Amino acid sequence: MTALLHVDNISKRFGGFIALDGVELEVQPGERLGLIGPNGSGKSTLVNCICGTLQNESGNVCFDGHVMDGLAAHQRTHRGVARSFQLPRPFHSMTLADNLRIPLLYTVHARTGPLRSAGDLNSRCDELLDMVGLMKKAKQMPRDLTQVEMRKLELARAMAAEPKLLIADESMAGLSHSEIDDILALLVRLNERGITIILIEHIMRAVMSFSQRLAVLVSGKKIADGKPEDIVRDPEVVRAYLGQ
Amino acid sequence: MSTAKFSFIAIAIGGLVMAFAHWFQVDYLFFASYTILQFIVLATAWNILGGYCGYVNFGSAAFFALGAYSSVALIKFDAEIDSWFSEGIASFLHHIFPLPIPVLILFGALVSGTVGFGMGYLTLRLRGAFFAIATLAMAVVLQTLIVNWDFVGGSRGAYIIRPESLEFAGIQVNYIEYLFALMLLLAVIALATARAIERSQLGFGFATIRDDELAAEACGVPTLRLKLIATTLSGAFMGMAGAPFPYYIGYLQPASAFGLEYAVNSIAMPMIGGTTSWVGPLVGAILLGSAQQYATVTISSAVNLLIVGLMLVAFVIIAPNGLIGLVQEWMRARRRS
Repeated sequence: MTALLHVDNISKRFGGFIALDGVELEVQPGERLGLIGPNGSGKSTLVNCICGTLQNESGNVCFDGHVMDGLAAHQRTHRGVARSFQLPRPFHSMTLADNLRIPLLYTVHARTGPLRSAGDLNSRCDELLDMVGLMKKAKQMPRDLTQVEMRKLELARAMAAEPKLLIADESMAGLSHSEIDDILALLVRLNERGITIILIEHIMRAVMSFSQRLAVLVSGKKIADGKPEDIVRDPEVVRAYLGQ
Repeated sequence: MSTAKFSFIAIAIGGLVMAFAHWFQVDYLFFASYTILQFIVLATAWNILGGYCGYVNFGSAAFFALGAYSSVALIKFDAEIDSWFSEGIASFLHHIFPLPIPVLILFGALVSGTVGFGMGYLTLRLRGAFFAIATLAMAVVLQTLIVNWDFVGGSRGAYIIRPESLEFAGIQVNYIEYLFALMLLLAVIALATARAIERSQLGFGFATIRDDELAAEACGVPTLRLKLIATTLSGAFMGMAGAPFPYYIGYLQPASAFGLEYAVNSIAMPMIGGTTSWVGPLVGAILLGSAQQYATVTISSAVNLLIVGLMLVAFVIIAPNGLIGLVQEWMRARRRS
């Protein structure tokens, strides 16, 4: 089976600081990958390079058999990469339904040809809101939402683009125990629909229960990649997390 | 309501205004209303970029002046035809020139739209205050260019002789009425365009740029392309508003065409009316424009900018989302109770 995402030896530096240093990563279709690493290890930079918010200086990002280097973020979204942001970034001046309408209008519309009618669009929005349990708040503004609802909106908006790969960047930080379970269940449901998911998370409980495979970044380098049970026992990983 | 229906109603209202003014037989009414209409076009144009996309443009006067000066250039070109070209070409060109004002308007739109596109391409990687400063700088550069361009009068300015009247299918039309009608039509086109954008996919895209560009890109919105569309459209409409101006004013000099009042008014009017809807610039321009015209006649023309300043301060404090925002809030509160 060929990989859905192949990150080949990419590097990124900010001035003198090397954020990513020859990172290699492969993700198979339908896989649930957990990406962990201490603060400042380059996780978000890696996501930004995959999604096109930042451009990597060397190496390649291949997605679905195509090289994506040089493509703008919106073009990568059209190709099927979607992301949620670490801090939710909803469109503040729009209702929840309109927030979801944007990826439908600009990505699904552009990819598969016109959505047939306004009714089509509305029913898609409703479906997505229903999926994350925000149906009752469709007409409300993002400022009326709680933290966990905001994260769900963020995921729903990423899902609206009908991606092949979803990158969830710390979508559980700051949530309570039961709220984390809520989001996890949602992510597993999405995965069951055939969407490949990369989960970036600090909360080990969530990462361990969700991931089929774990990759560890430390100081811009990937130091481990494998089964979650093995990774947490890896002496190098333990050293990176706990110090010596 | 469809755009066609909206335009039809707007033209009907405009026709009524026109008939009313004609009935009074006062030229001044046309002069004063022309200025207000011109500001409706300018404010609406500014709002396409400033209100919908959230990019504050301080260089409105430059786009307006470019429209005006492209007309002057074409009028001067007409005067020079005989000395520049051989007889054959000259006689051919005399068939085309002088160009009617609607063509000048299109030409102004082309010039200002092109400059708008160029400005967008060069500066749209900047955001917030940096973008605003860049537009201000562009206005200064363009003014310097015009001041040093002798062909269009340089710093001396240029006189444009306005005909008394115009024959239109056998009917004599007062020239100021003709200019008024043109500006009225432009205002209708500008408002209909702004309204159509608001309801379209483009409008949704513009709003995402205003809210959060990074998130917009992640949703698949081609932000750079949309911003270029906005700067081009906005610039083109400002150029259109400026193109008939030399005929209106009779004497055009850089200091008046690049005047502070155009830049300030085109920002203040949407702000006072409300930037999220096409109604905002319309209401703001009528309100502020009328107040200024009234002050010009009764107190002095220098009070103009003072009025703008005071109203802007008042609105920023009382109604930061403009009159439209105030009404919307009031309606929302009423629905809740």
